[in-house]
Amino acid sequence: MGAVFALVTVLAFVIVVYVGVGVAGLKSLFGIVIPYAAFLVFLLGMVYRMIDWAKVPVPFRIVTTCGQQKSLRWIKRSRLEAPYNNFEVVLRMILEVFAFRSLFRNLKAELKGPNLIYGSYKWLWLGAIAFHYAFFTILLRHLRFFTYPVPEPIQILDQIDSFFHIGLPHLYMTDVVILAALTFLFLRRLADPKLRYISLASDYLPLFMIYGLVISGILMRHFFKVDVTQVKEFTMGLVHLKPKAPNVGVIFYIHLFFISALMAYFPFSKLVHMVGVFFSPTRNLANNSRAVRHEPAPWWKKPKFKTYCEWQEEFKEQLIESGQPIDEDCYEKK
Amino acid sequence: MHDAGKVIPGIIAFVLFVTLPFWSNFGKAAPKPQPEIPKEYKKCVESRDFMRREHMKLLRKWRFDVVRNNMRIYINSEGQPINMSLQNECMRCHSSKKKFCDVCHNYVSAHPYCWNCHIPPEERKGWATKEVKSLTEEASSKQPASHH
Repeated sequence: MGAVFALVTVLAFVIVVYVGVGVAGLKSLFGIVIPYAAFLVFLLGMVYRMIDWAKVPVPFRIVTTCGQQKSLRWIKRSRLEAPYNNFEVVLRMILEVFAFRSLFRNLKAELKGPNLIYGSYKWLWLGAIAFHYAFFTILLRHLRFFTYPVPEPIQILDQIDSFFHIGLPHLYMTDVVILAALTFLFLRRLADPKLRYISLASDYLPLFMIYGLVISGILMRHFFKVDVTQVKEFTMGLVHLKPKAPNVGVIFYIHLFFISALMAYFPFSKLVHMVGVFFSPTRNLANNSRAVRHEPAPWWKKPKFKTYCEWQEEFKEQLIESGQPIDEDCYEKK
Repeated sequence: MHDAGKVIPGIIAFVLFVTLPFWSNFGKAAPKPQPEIPKEYKKCVESRDFMRREHMKLLRKWRFDVVRNNMRIYINSEGQPINMSLQNECMRCHSSKKKFCDVCHNYVSAHPYCWNCHIPPEERKGWATKEVKSLTEEASSKQPASHH
């Protein structure tokens, strides 16, 4: 059901742009107003989410660990699985952000007769890392539309990506990779009944929106051509704050609408894990609560303790009357 | 806000990263590319809009037809026969690679490999003079070997 809802939404996007630009000719709305508005929503929304998260107190060290924590000196500890100090936390975060280490540990559980069997399952990790790196490369590659002159590293990246010289314009490797990875990530949700059950429209919608973005981009590059010089004049106009909607095919506006929708949707959806990973208290804390007393919640106040000596002073008469011994240490060194 | 010492630099880094195209272009002009259009000829092989959008696909088709199928004549949408040749047909009117092709290609950072095999008119002129050595050296240092 979720998948159908998401699919209908994405198809509605295409129809809205097709009618809005192709029929009604609202080029300024779809070319200038919506992209700027979406970018503002993205920027302010993400900053708001980060500030909002930073306000949440984290009174306990709730690190997810799966290794031996720092203990006695002769017990070997796991620095990455149970980081003890900030340096180890940083190492763990770097591996998490750049190598998706927690996904690499992903297991598959299956019932084989009466037995529940766990096995290694790296496909999710492979699909995820292929998708994310391809998407990031595509994002960097698009800087050729937003810079002039185009920096050398971006040009080199572009040429490496089109290394195989297939077709003209050359086919990008990342386009193939991202399509394959998206297809896998989508089919993965459909194929497994358990996963299908827990998948919601908000899981499918980002997938389909990125699908739409990628497919419209590929169609624009290889099939329904647009004048790329005009496109760059438009994008440079956007960054110079002097935009002028280009007179190019609807496919370009569909591509632009998909990226606008994705930007506006970003802070309010699961996609916000881009910054959320840094705020995750199960990842960004050191597992040292047995060695360090951490400041508890902000509403915690230090209770007033009474020492034995103070107690003895209060009940001294009763203690002497009943013949209890008096601790003389309380009166020494005074 | 907790951990402001880490969160605020993080937010600043994020904002700087996503607004990179805005501030990195601030105050820099990006002049509209103006390729030199031949004055003595009015029409290209197809319409202007078509050529702007699809010239690379057309040239690829020409290459395929000539090299693989030994076809040398292209019939355009108006039914006129055209000799399929980059150097002899296209460059006959667009007589300068630097003033025509490169203008837009540099602007959008496109890297066509036409000139790995073909000789641009500027270079061909150089061949008749003594500049030949420096020009070919320059060309061969710029162009990687191609397998096409």
